[in-house]
Amino acid sequence: MRTENQKAWFFVLPVLALVAFNALVPMMTVVNYSVQETFGNNQFFWEGLGWFEQILRSDRFQAALGRQFLFTFLILLIEVPLGIIVALSMPRKGFWVPVCLVLMALPMLIPWNVVGSMWNIFTLPKIGLLGYFLNDVLGINYDMTQQPLSAWITVVIMDVWHWTSLVVLLCYAGLVSIPDAYYQAAKIDGASPWSVFRYIQLPKMKTVLTIAVLLRFMDSFNIYTEPFVLTGGGPGNSTTLLSIDLVKIALGQFDLGPAAAMSLIYFAITLLVSWVFYTLMTKDDAQ
Amino acid sequence: MAQIKLSNLKHSYMPTPKGPDDYALKEIDVTWRDGGAYALLGPSGCGKSTLLNIISGLLTPSEGQILFDDRDVTALPPDQRNIAQVFQFPVIYDTMTVGENLAFPLKNRGVDTATIKRRVDEIAEMLDVTELLKTRASGLSPDNKQKISMGRGLVRDDVNAVMFDEPLTVIDPHLKWKLRSKLKELHQRVRATMIYVTHDQTEALTFADEVVVMQDGEVVQIGTPVELFERPQHTFVGHFIGSPGMNVLPCEARGDRAVFEGHDVMLEGPIHGDGGRTDLGIRPEYVGFGDTGIPAHVTKVSDIGRHYVVSAMVGNTALKAVTEHSVPEPGSQVFLQFKPEQSRVYRDGWIASEERAQ
Repeated sequence: MRTENQKAWFFVLPVLALVAFNALVPMMTVVNYSVQETFGNNQFFWEGLGWFEQILRSDRFQAALGRQFLFTFLILLIEVPLGIIVALSMPRKGFWVPVCLVLMALPMLIPWNVVGSMWNIFTLPKIGLLGYFLNDVLGINYDMTQQPLSAWITVVIMDVWHWTSLVVLLCYAGLVSIPDAYYQAAKIDGASPWSVFRYIQLPKMKTVLTIAVLLRFMDSFNIYTEPFVLTGGGPGNSTTLLSIDLVKIALGQFDLGPAAAMSLIYFAITLLVSWVFYTLMTKDDAQ
Repeated sequence: MAQIKLSNLKHSYMPTPKGPDDYALKEIDVTWRDGGAYALLGPSGCGKSTLLNIISGLLTPSEGQILFDDRDVTALPPDQRNIAQVFQFPVIYDTMTVGENLAFPLKNRGVDTATIKRRVDEIAEMLDVTELLKTRASGLSPDNKQKISMGRGLVRDDVNAVMFDEPLTVIDPHLKWKLRSKLKELHQRVRATMIYVTHDQTEALTFADEVVVMQDGEVVQIGTPVELFERPQHTFVGHFIGSPGMNVLPCEARGDRAVFEGHDVMLEGPIHGDGGRTDLGIRPEYVGFGDTGIPAHVTKVSDIGRHYVVSAMVGNTALKAVTEHSVPEPGSQVFLQFKPEQSRVYRDGWIASEERAQ
């Protein structure tokens, strides 16, 4: 007979309490709001799934969601390959290693809102260094406060500047963990640089790359502060990503019900896509 | 297949070496016969791996030449030397199957598919991994992984030499002997020159026809396992090979005998040269007990299974003797007898007594 000791559960209790306090309870409040309507005075009326239906059907939500996916797609498309390339070209031994690492880590140490302000000042036409240079020196018509395309390019480049380092550092960690013998064996086997990348470096980076892709997906999908400080969602609604729109509904219009329903949909999408990524990327290991 | 000759080889990891201490390899002149099984034996940090990497072309020596059949290959990169190397930790390409791993070196050289298949099947059969050919290489046990890395070396039929850099380090003890005998068998089948680097004397002595013993970047002795055991050219070889190692006892040289702690010891032959530090070298196996001889005080007796190792003090000098029977009690007084034909004198570490004419 197998006897099971259930005492171990007591060790989990404090964590459970903590998580309940800072995640589960607030989350349930949101669920609570999402199915009710309120006109103030703490009076609530049952609404059912009405808000969810309204949100999902609204053009405004669909447009924001579309922008959000486009943004995240561009971010992953640029940052992941760029991060790998930078990591591959970083020195692995010697004096320059700490210098490169510190330089790489620098952008990540800057607070989000500071990054937003920095890029705002940097790219403003006439005043900003980049804005002035593009418009008055190169003669390129660039104004992120007026043109949607300029705004998009600026938001994307800002994120690339801020977060490619994360991919670089994770990939670099994967690369330095490869023993020299692998490179030596590849030399003896006559492998080309591409083969070395394809069969040695990429497989060894896979675990950290999975983490990098997941983190970059979640972060860029939930991004708020930087674009909000930089463009405020404009010009027009062109850079109004999901989170910016959500804040507008929740705090600007104080529509608690629709905002709560939107939060839950937002959360569900993030969770679902993360799960799909993770399953796809770790599929091979399970075999 | 080729004879490998190293001439006046020196290597330093520093850009501008000043004294001999800056060299990882001091001056190496060795010729490896075509098809021989060699072991490079020495303690960690003696330059074995450096030497191996120089032969395979992963390192370029600071000075000297490497000749494959009189062809100078010193400047050639590894893939053009037709060398195979097996590393301490098994190197396999994780994302490939066992078969693809074995085919990889041939594929990189543009060999046609039919030949690749034939060679891979041959090698897989030789290594007993035929049933694994289709499985992913990443899930294999360490000994099978090591077999695959060996196989990648052997799959090319034009290999000049196969080099092993402590290949059994990560293998479980009970699989070590299996893999070791597999290696020996492979050598007999492929007849390629094999160089096996290790710091484990058992591995070296069982694998090799000839053992190259290294210390501090220098070759101390090259010989068959029996030669190394019977007549070490240097006290280091005597001490490093054998368990326990040779007794190295400070002595005075006097003609054809040595004076050790005031006792005369007969030697194998006359001593040549003079000056320097002289030591008497005798293996514990050749120290016997008798009714007369050098008086000694037994300090410890260890039973190590097949025989006993007796530690004793003669005056202020400790020495060891190996015996199978007539074991003295610890604390007792005994008389030691040194076999004259196995007693040698070393001057500054190097042998200084002449071999007795047979």
